[in-house]
Amino acid sequence: MNMNIKLPPTTARSFIDLNLFGRSNHQYRLEDENIFLETKDLNLFYGQQQVLQSINLSLPKHRVTAFIGPSGCGKSSLLRCFNRLNDLIEDSRTEGQILLDGEDIYQPRTNVAYLRRKVGMVFQKPNPFPKSVYENVAYGLRIQGIKQRKRLDETVETSLRAASLWDEVKDRLKENALGLSGGQQQRLIIARAIAIEPEILLLDEPASALDPISTLKIEELINELKAKFTIAIVTHNMQQAARVSDYTAFMYMGQVIEFGSTNVLFTTPKYRQTEDYITGRYG
Amino acid sequence: MKAWWGSGEPWVWLAASTVALCLLMVFSLLAFIAVQGLGFFWPAPIMQAMHHTPGTAPTRLVGEIYHQDEVPVSRLTKAWQAPFAAHQEVTRYLIKVGNREHYGLDFRWVLKAHLQDIQYPPTLSVVERLEWGNAYGDIEALQENGVTIAEGEAVWEMLESRLQRTRDLRQQIKQIEKQPLGRIHFQLEKLRLQARKLSLQHRLTPEKIAEFETQRREQEALSQQLHDQLAVLHQAMQRDSLLLREMQGQHIVIPLAKVVQIIQPNRLNGMEKLHYYGLRLWHFVSSDPREANTEGGVFPAIFGTVMMVLIMSIIVTPLGVMAAVYLQEYAKPGFWTQLIRISVNNLAGVPSIVYGVFGLGFFVYLLGGNIDAWFFPEAAPAPVFGTPGILWASLTLALLTLPVVIVATEEGLARIPRSLREGSFALGATQYEVLRYTVLPMATPAMMTGLILAIARAAGEVAPLMLVGVVKLAPSLVLDNNAPFLHLDRKFMHLGFHIYDVGFQSPNVEATRPLVYATAFLLVLVILVLNLTAFWIRARLRERYKSLETM
Ligand SMILES: Nc1ncnc2c1ncn2[C@@H]1O[C@H](COP(=O)(O)OP(=O)(O)OP(=O)(O)O)[C@@H](O)[C@H]1O
Ligand SMILES: [Mg+2]
Repeated sequence: MNMNIKLPPTTARSFIDLNLFGRSNHQYRLEDENIFLETKDLNLFYGQQQVLQSINLSLPKHRVTAFIGPSGCGKSSLLRCFNRLNDLIEDSRTEGQILLDGEDIYQPRTNVAYLRRKVGMVFQKPNPFPKSVYENVAYGLRIQGIKQRKRLDETVETSLRAASLWDEVKDRLKENALGLSGGQQQRLIIARAIAIEPEILLLDEPASALDPISTLKIEELINELKAKFTIAIVTHNMQQAARVSDYTAFMYMGQVIEFGSTNVLFTTPKYRQTEDYITGRYG
Repeated sequence: MKAWWGSGEPWVWLAASTVALCLLMVFSLLAFIAVQGLGFFWPAPIMQAMHHTPGTAPTRLVGEIYHQDEVPVSRLTKAWQAPFAAHQEVTRYLIKVGNREHYGLDFRWVLKAHLQDIQYPPTLSVVERLEWGNAYGDIEALQENGVTIAEGEAVWEMLESRLQRTRDLRQQIKQIEKQPLGRIHFQLEKLRLQARKLSLQHRLTPEKIAEFETQRREQEALSQQLHDQLAVLHQAMQRDSLLLREMQGQHIVIPLAKVVQIIQPNRLNGMEKLHYYGLRLWHFVSSDPREANTEGGVFPAIFGTVMMVLIMSIIVTPLGVMAAVYLQEYAKPGFWTQLIRISVNNLAGVPSIVYGVFGLGFFVYLLGGNIDAWFFPEAAPAPVFGTPGILWASLTLALLTLPVVIVATEEGLARIPRSLREGSFALGATQYEVLRYTVLPMATPAMMTGLILAIARAAGEVAPLMLVGVVKLAPSLVLDNNAPFLHLDRKFMHLGFHIYDVGFQSPNVEATRPLVYATAFLLVLVILVLNLTAFWIRARLRERYKSLETM
């Protein structure tokens, strides 16, 4: 299970024509970036099972980093390390370091609640609270003890606008959020996450349950949001990864096989495994 | 045929008929109690007959036929058996003849065959009295200060207004006794306790004594005034009286002050009977019991039952919810947590009388005794909390129902999806905040379920209450308008215990049997109302989270 996967390099070839997606051929270079989040030899265990194996990654500030890889390879688990949500799982164990803005978040003295305010998360399945649309978005502020009506109103509106949901729900803010459609719920969760103004946003397959139009909306949204946040996104859709991300990490069985600028990874993957996966030759 | 068996259809039928049977049993139980209890308030006709037993002179008998049954001839006295030689059984009546002060017993068993000339003359009256039960007979005259002012039919023209006058006077007296006079007694007792407290603390200075003395004088002067007022009212009440000729021709003077109601049931038409029926029913639920609980109403018992259940709910809900939250959310799952959980579940099976014994020993004697020693030394030797009372009864029942609340709440907490908790955590909530803002609000319907089960169990419980606070007759209600309004140290009455007391402890079992049914019916009704209220609240809470199941 925990064997190291090392595969022969492939020849340089273009797999996906990135120009099709209207993106520049700009080659991001990790060396020039301002690193916001960095993992060092990260291992994660759920009980006896090792889910992540010596992960070394750097997420640059104000960039979108995509995580791709087959189902069960540990993408969600990795994201959950970034806001220490794995702490909630009994007998989970984390080894190694995660530096957020240079601070190790796994230190004993880390204030976890405070950390999670800085690391917003959108879950694989939308999980709105059974409260009104308004209260869902205001939730994060409320638990921070903010009570001023005006401030809450403003934040709710700007967050919903940022999640391009405002026009659809502005007349039903008092209605139960569970009455929204799946796509609306997903955007509501995004609004809820950005309402507390995190510094990094973790999106776990935000478009998995959405129709193409909603998906496009969310992708546009990500493009806008990256001016304010650092973004990590998990996706099973190669085109989507190619469209929205600046960097891509390919994961396989708990390891990061390849990590680099999206343009490079999609046109000239170093490893056979990566090539097979992004061309769809691998399940 | 084989296919029919195989289809599972027979089992559906079996299950359905079981349900039908259960429903039938429940409804016939309720119907039986309702008919037995509620029929009692219907104004029964009054019979008049000559009672002729062999070897004695015939006597006139007036009263209500209460009950009828068949007895084997062989059980009769030898002398009576002869005429019935051809029969196996004879019909026997139970007749309520009233006038207890004359005859000692209100009831007589007579053989139908011994009654002759049975009639229902419209002139016969039944007088419901505050003392000595009903009186039956013919009203002959109305007297004012002992002087006859109306006779025969003319009485009825003047009666209602004079009855109303005495009712008003009685109401006034009651008002004075309950409110200002009750308050003065309360104040005097308070003054006495204050003085005693200071003296126990050696701080009773002469100035203080003088101050208390003046206050006491004031109150006593007030009290004297009120007593004078009362004396005047009582005097006025005594003015009118009735002259009634009872069945054997003796005349009885009945002061109107002692009369609740007078009717001539044989004369009433259906509507009028209905009116009196409603009146008597209302009287039953709204007034205090009289005559060692065998007459009058059950209001204090209804009130006590409801108060006890409410106080219990207020105690058990937070306790149960907090325990469940700890077990489900904070305690590390493992051997010990599981052991505690199993123990809690088993507590639900402990017989309730055991809780009663525990309540008496621990709450009343130990806790109450110590509270008295620490906080109410001035009241000694009279106990305040060191004696059974509504607080201890409610606490005991809270303990009894704690397991159901814990179990129901735990189930509710466990059902809340993990994803919602994670969503809340991911927004920077602490564990407390997740509980406070997400988990607990969503678990409220489950808590209400627990509470509904608790109420259903507690409201019908009698055995433990007899040890920790219920009494046959409580002098005052738990709630009144003397500060601090809610008197948790007081004893209280309870419908369940009332049934037991009236049905089995009263000297006049025949008279009270319908009351037993009526009280039982009321108890069921009270439990129903309490439960429906809780159901309604839960339904409203559910409404808010109803789409949760779809997630
Ligand atoms: N709570 C948990 N307890 C134990 N094992 C878990 C838990 N959550 C996930 N796993 C295991 O960890 C491994 C990685 O799961 P993870 O959810 O991170 O995969 P993923 O890459 O997000 O997959 P997908 O693309 O299907 O979402 C899987 O083998 C999974 O079975
Ligand atoms: Mg996943």
